[in-house]
Amino acid sequence: MTAVLENPEADAATEVGAVPSFDVTLRVRRFNPEADEPEAYWEEFTVTAYGTDRVLDALHKVKWETDGSLTFRRSCAHGICGSDAMRINGRNRLACKALLKDLDPAKPIVVEPIKGLPVIKDLVVDMEPFFASYREIMPFLVAGGPEPSAERRQSPAERERYDDTTKCILCAACTTSCPVFWTDGQYFGPAAIVNAHRFIFDSRDEGGAQRLEILNDKEGVWRCRTVFNCSEACPRGIEVTKAIQEVKRAMITRAF
Amino acid sequence: MQTHQYDVVIVGAGGAGMRAALESSTRARTAVLTKLYPTRSHTGAAQGGMCAALANVEEDNWEWHTFDTVKGGDYLVDQDAAEVMAKEAIDAVIDLERMGLPFNRTPEGRIDQRRFGGHTRNHGEAAVRRSCYAADRTGHMILQTLYQQCVKQDVAFFNEFYVLDVLLTHDLTSGEVADGEQVQVSGVVAYELATGEIHVFRAKSVVFATGGAGKIYKTTSNAHTLTGDGMALALRRGIPLEDMEFFQFHPTGLAGLGILLSEAARGEGGILRNSDGERFMERYAPTIKDLAPRDMVARAMANEVREGRGCGPDKDYVLLDLTHLEPAHIDAKLPDITEFARTYLGVEPYTEPVPVYPTAHYAMGGIPTTIDAEVLRNNTDVVGGLFAAGEVACVSVHGANRLGTNSLLDINVFGKRAGIAAARYATEAPWVDLPEDPAGPVVGEIERLRDQAAGERVADVRRELQETMDANAQVFRTADSLTQAMDDVTSLKKRFAAVSVQDKGRRFNTDLLEAVELGFLVDLAEVVVAGALAREESRGGHFREDFPTRDDEKFLHHTMAYQRPAATGGTEIVLDHKPVTMTRYQPMERKY
Repeated sequence: MTAVLENPEADAATEVGAVPSFDVTLRVRRFNPEADEPEAYWEEFTVTAYGTDRVLDALHKVKWETDGSLTFRRSCAHGICGSDAMRINGRNRLACKALLKDLDPAKPIVVEPIKGLPVIKDLVVDMEPFFASYREIMPFLVAGGPEPSAERRQSPAERERYDDTTKCILCAACTTSCPVFWTDGQYFGPAAIVNAHRFIFDSRDEGGAQRLEILNDKEGVWRCRTVFNCSEACPRGIEVTKAIQEVKRAMITRAF
Repeated sequence: MQTHQYDVVIVGAGGAGMRAALESSTRARTAVLTKLYPTRSHTGAAQGGMCAALANVEEDNWEWHTFDTVKGGDYLVDQDAAEVMAKEAIDAVIDLERMGLPFNRTPEGRIDQRRFGGHTRNHGEAAVRRSCYAADRTGHMILQTLYQQCVKQDVAFFNEFYVLDVLLTHDLTSGEVADGEQVQVSGVVAYELATGEIHVFRAKSVVFATGGAGKIYKTTSNAHTLTGDGMALALRRGIPLEDMEFFQFHPTGLAGLGILLSEAARGEGGILRNSDGERFMERYAPTIKDLAPRDMVARAMANEVREGRGCGPDKDYVLLDLTHLEPAHIDAKLPDITEFARTYLGVEPYTEPVPVYPTAHYAMGGIPTTIDAEVLRNNTDVVGGLFAAGEVACVSVHGANRLGTNSLLDINVFGKRAGIAAARYATEAPWVDLPEDPAGPVVGEIERLRDQAAGERVADVRRELQETMDANAQVFRTADSLTQAMDDVTSLKKRFAAVSVQDKGRRFNTDLLEAVELGFLVDLAEVVVAGALAREESRGGHFREDFPTRDDEKFLHHTMAYQRPAATGGTEIVLDHKPVTMTRYQPMERKY
């Protein structure tokens, strides 16, 4: 007890099982649509974090302890729901999957909304244009023939063919990392093509030709310049650029 | 304020809500109101599978599935409902396959199946392969597939609309409406997050599919948004909640974080070990060991830790060992959860065991319904036009402990039933009038929370609530711990009345919504604790150390909890009972 009083810091540091903590500074791009003259600006917050904390934990700490008006979307907090895609140190990531300790906490961590979609408030963007593109590519199974009485058969190899693109959580990290999407808001974007791929290469699906027709549009798959930003951005590890290339190839060969 | 009119309004766009929408939107004019974009719903976090006695890989039948569900639920399951679920499971899986769900396949191209906790062959002989799955992302595939079908059917979604009240023809809050009197729903009131605008939706049928309430606990697998909204709205409108003391703690949450690692890890051969390296489940469930039902495994783990056989520097977790499995097998069957271990704990499951500890996972209780998803306002009377399905509801198919995979099944079977029943009701029933000033109470509460000048932080009250629930109403409970929890909740309820938010804006005010959600959590925590205090026995997920055995004589009944005006002002929880429906199975000792 005396020791604690004499040298509280040293004692705290040697406490058995104590989780090491460190301070991080978040540099956050903010926008308040209700301000007198709405304009985006930067604001810095410093919070104390722990080894397993993610950017989302730090944002929560700010919101819950310092500034309740800091606004962002989040839900599952473990990379499954796709709510919290953000631009973190210049790269699109999910805030709940980006560990602070992996981001060099010595420097301010820069957090911005994903690019290319209208900002509503702080880190929240309007997702409607993104989902509108998704809806356009017929993102559902188009099956012909009579309804089977049991399940349709599909071999493990046929199932494997489109496995990668079934992982998509529609977080928009890929689409909003794409320079073509930034400069041309009409481009379908990688996520829509990924979801088209998921059905085009599904052996049970018969809508492939129609989908390829849609993607053959001037705002379709040919706008892709193979920059690979999308593959790097995908928090699910989908090989997005590869999927886009496969769709391009299918368009030429009509083999899928 | 805007007013809308639909035949059917569905609240929530997870699995149950979208499955209901697919049925209802082809039969009646339907709107889905959801506080999240549909694909953000927590159905997407479910991993392991959906059981159905397809018998694709070994002998199985729905009667065995029914029995397992009843026994797994420690005989608090309504057996007629469990039978409906197990029978309709087969069509539910086939429906999903036809919609395009990418199930894993057998070499013959049929839907593959794997083992899961508590699912057995011939009434407990051995584990059976009953769970239909898509790697360890079955919930993700279900959510995506249902959303895809909703896009195909052009279902009308109102995204990021928070439903904050349900409108009824009668005031049920005082409990003075006579039994047998016809009470009907007339609509809901919603808050549009983007604009802060209030919307009144007039509807003949309303389906609640708002999911669970895991955020009453600190350590939970649940999303931040799982704040029990539908349950709390019903409770506040005088509708009872059933069996809320039964909360499931999933054995394998990532230690310290609560992130779910599917039971499929054990279904595929994973083993739980203590600090001695011992496979301790052999002592607790000699026949099916690590695949015992979740309540038993969670208690066994907590017991190992408190008897000093925990692992790590604080000896406060156990280990999930997958190191004897082939890396290729892990990659094929458990890719997501092994990535969670790598990302969040820096553990490589190929070579290192993963630290795990029980995490609050699932509310067995909820809004009481019939097998057609009609909401009950007492033991017998339904509220005309009001339906509930999924985790928000209590049919009861899960009783005192839900078996793994039965939640994905529940949302599909009873979501479908709710959608059909809601549409049918809407086509037959006449319109009823909205109450005068339908949005009044919601507007009042929103303004109170937003305009309260200075007060306590939402986050502080919420953290204290979650901490007391973790400490006092978790896997092990006693009269003392629960009394402590009740005292804490009572004082937090008072403090909630004085919380203030910093964001005073109208647009995308999530600060304000977190305050509203905290109100739901406080009310629900009180119901959980009140039920747990009164139930002086141990059954399924509810374990009382001061009453360690099941007491069928006194407690083989459902708890019905009502929020009623208290004599001293405010509200209190009043408990009643409802009999359990028994058909084929008499209660037996629950051994595995």
